[in-house]
Amino acid sequence: MTTGFSEFYYIKVPYHKTDAMEKYRLSVNGNMQEVSAPEDMPLLWVIRDLLSLKGTKFGCGQALCGACTVHVDGVATRSCSLPVSAVGDRKITTIEGLSADGDHPLQKAWQEHVVPQCGYCQTGQLMNAAALLNEKPHPSETEIEEAMAGNLCRCGTYNRIKDAILTASKS
Amino acid sequence: MIPKLPFLSKKVSADKSKLFIPGRRDFLKLSSLIGGGFVLGVNFQCSGPKGETVTFAPNAYLSIGTDNTVTIIAHRSEMGTGIRTTLPMIVADELGADWKAVKIQQAVGDEATYGDQNTDGSYSIRMFFEPMRRAGATARHMLVEAAAQEWNVEASGCDTREGMVVHEASGQTVPFGELVELLRQMPIPEAENLTLRKLSDYKLVGKSVPIYDVKDITEGKALFGADVDLPGQQIAVILRSPVVGGKIRTYNEEKALQVSGVNKIVQISGNGVHPGLNKPLEGLAVIADNTWAAMKGREALEVDWELGENQDYQCASQMEAMIESTLQEGRLRREKGDVKQAFSSGGRIFENTYRAPYYAHATIEPPTALADYKEDGSIEIWAPTQHPQWARDSVAEALEIDVSKVRVNVTLLGGGFGRKSKPDYVVEAALLSKAIQKPVRVQWTREDDIHHDFYHSHSAQRIKAGLDATGKLSAWNHHTVFPAIGGTSSADELHPSDGEMGLGCTDFPYEVPNIRIESHEAKAHTRVGWLRSVSNIHHAFAICSMLDEIAEEQGMDPVAYVLSLLGEDRKLAFSEEMKGAYPNYGEAIEEYPWDTARMKKVIERVAQEAGWGSAEKEGKTLGFAAHKSFLTYVACIVEVAEDESGKLIIPEVHYAVDCGIPVNTDRIRSQFEGGAQFATSLALSSAIQFENGRVIQNNFDGYQIIRMPQAPKKIFTHIIESTEKPTGVGEPPVPPFIPALCNALYKLKGKRIYELPVKEVFV
Repeated sequence: MTTGFSEFYYIKVPYHKTDAMEKYRLSVNGNMQEVSAPEDMPLLWVIRDLLSLKGTKFGCGQALCGACTVHVDGVATRSCSLPVSAVGDRKITTIEGLSADGDHPLQKAWQEHVVPQCGYCQTGQLMNAAALLNEKPHPSETEIEEAMAGNLCRCGTYNRIKDAILTASKS
Repeated sequence: MIPKLPFLSKKVSADKSKLFIPGRRDFLKLSSLIGGGFVLGVNFQCSGPKGETVTFAPNAYLSIGTDNTVTIIAHRSEMGTGIRTTLPMIVADELGADWKAVKIQQAVGDEATYGDQNTDGSYSIRMFFEPMRRAGATARHMLVEAAAQEWNVEASGCDTREGMVVHEASGQTVPFGELVELLRQMPIPEAENLTLRKLSDYKLVGKSVPIYDVKDITEGKALFGADVDLPGQQIAVILRSPVVGGKIRTYNEEKALQVSGVNKIVQISGNGVHPGLNKPLEGLAVIADNTWAAMKGREALEVDWELGENQDYQCASQMEAMIESTLQEGRLRREKGDVKQAFSSGGRIFENTYRAPYYAHATIEPPTALADYKEDGSIEIWAPTQHPQWARDSVAEALEIDVSKVRVNVTLLGGGFGRKSKPDYVVEAALLSKAIQKPVRVQWTREDDIHHDFYHSHSAQRIKAGLDATGKLSAWNHHTVFPAIGGTSSADELHPSDGEMGLGCTDFPYEVPNIRIESHEAKAHTRVGWLRSVSNIHHAFAICSMLDEIAEEQGMDPVAYVLSLLGEDRKLAFSEEMKGAYPNYGEAIEEYPWDTARMKKVIERVAQEAGWGSAEKEGKTLGFAAHKSFLTYVACIVEVAEDESGKLIIPEVHYAVDCGIPVNTDRIRSQFEGGAQFATSLALSSAIQFENGRVIQNNFDGYQIIRMPQAPKKIFTHIIESTEKPTGVGEPPVPPFIPALCNALYKLKGKRIYELPVKEVFV
């Protein structure tokens, strides 16, 4: 199914290079990407504005809400608070790279439980949950709650997120 | 100007059908309108060249292609309620479409075509259940008619299912697409005269249907407000006046322009100390190549503000003044009998003051909008907006262009809760795009959102309740005071409107012989708006807390007490007692009366499901409250406990709801689950405070919403089977939860709660 938003333009924005820019070679979802950015530009804006990967969301800019969660060498990381210059050669995975066809056990469990309401925080929730299951394949409810405490959901899908993680951990 | 807010104002229900039941030939130019400018197919009036998909579109909400594609228009905004799935699902069910193959397209803002698109006030289902059924039935009747003619059989022997017309007797079938050419020749029947399917025959309505976008959301493919890019676009981050009504005296842009990627600084003029609900605040926009450059540029701006009269505003002082005012006689809003006389009868008197803070919406997606001003003077917008029509009108007004030159595309909304009804951020983008003649996306930061919201008002209430000699509640005097929504636009609006009073205060449904409800003056020193369930939040907190206290003080069971206060089964209209209008959420009171029998039923159901009667025996600490809002009846029981470290946990929540015909039961449940969690934040952790006119919270560290460990562990929603007209569920879960939780906390801690939020319980 499509979103029905296919009529929208969805293209990469040309980036203006200026002399303050540094060049960075980043490994994103298995591809090497070169970007020019100031050293303090958070990875979030590199991903969204320079690489046009829109699945990673901006929520707070202060690592307080988790909407921007990506994996850096498999570790759940708030991309809004990680400067591009600190990434180095570590491998970045965004929601677009979590699975080949959206068939990660968590994505399937999310669909089975119909977790999302508005959906905005869910990619960050999924990335955080995926890192949790990598580290701890069979977490308890309390461990899930603690591990997911950094990811806010204003719609209130916490119960279904927990249920979906439990389902995925059993698959 | 205050817009027409259907939940706050009376509406003539007769205009509904005219607006919303799709007309006949008027909508045949549809295929060029839907789909954001992409021609999906050729309208069936025009013969396309051979091989081209021809589309049949009997009304604005639906089209069928010769390739069997059924496309249904979602004309209301999706902010998490599931309405983008649930309304199209009704059309599909009535039509007999193959739901798995249905495509959903989001409508642009266009009232003439789609009717009301203001996704607010929990009325999408209430207003559009019937029109959506009729939209589907129109096409079904024609398809059946066309197939019957082809087969030379009686139409009455045919039906539709799974995208085909079926002749029951012979078992013949034909896919919809093959009939499209035939439909061209046929007259479109009057939607009003069609036979609709029986409720019991529906295959989707009344069931759990997953949301349409679930897969895209989990794959990061769903498009929200900031996910649309245009060639050559610029990003704007705006430094707005820290105090509402502030003006820029002078500014220095030099340092900002030195930031790499920053291209321009543009001033936006504000609209004074009563800025209105659809206008930007005064500010300086930093326009840059990317978001980070714009943010950095903003930090480098130097502005000398003329802050104006609100710079002395302290919300704590206003709260004290509001509480003081409740001791005086206020403006009379409802009266029955004579409370003064009843209070002097010598029976027991209860008197409490309740306080609640300002709340911010804090949608995880901060406001954002993309505007593309074009050479021909037209403008196209992409925005996560609850109200695309108001956004359209407001942009037209701000740019002084005709509404027809404004096109508003609606993306998914990363939460709304009332914030994204107000189009101020859309107007910002439009003004800036016009100023620089390039596409501009305005991006609000979290700090912008916390500092410049349209807040839920802080409030003070005093309730004095008197018993007669037999212990029966005989007098109810409720004072309420809070800066009104109207105060955002006008200095003269010092009292809550009839609409705000009717949200859980003047519609007090209990059988009390003497009632007096009063409001008091409070000036708006900030932008006051509406937040999920609006003034029901504080009114339900006060009323349901008070009733629980009266019951408990008399040694009565709160559930039994509230049931007894509801009295005989009655349909209330309040008419002669109201000192002003009672908007009843925009519906005629005769059509949607306050039905005490329905309320009693949800109370009895929730008590039974939550094990209210056996709670003590099982060592459970439960609190109860019931509150009707947005024409939906809700009762709630919340269980509380302490863990080993003394921290509060909420093991279980039970809701019973009567929302008339349940349409999508999974989305009803999800709204109640979400409502309970939203309300937990309001009750326990969130508050906005003003010092010197400025909001002192900045981000989610200061303005706290609950996190997973604080969320209720289990939430059960018990849906009453009903054939009453369906009503909404977006807001109704919120109001009763808060007092139910507070009443439970009282039982746990032995201390009544008179002020929100109850922060200490999580320490």
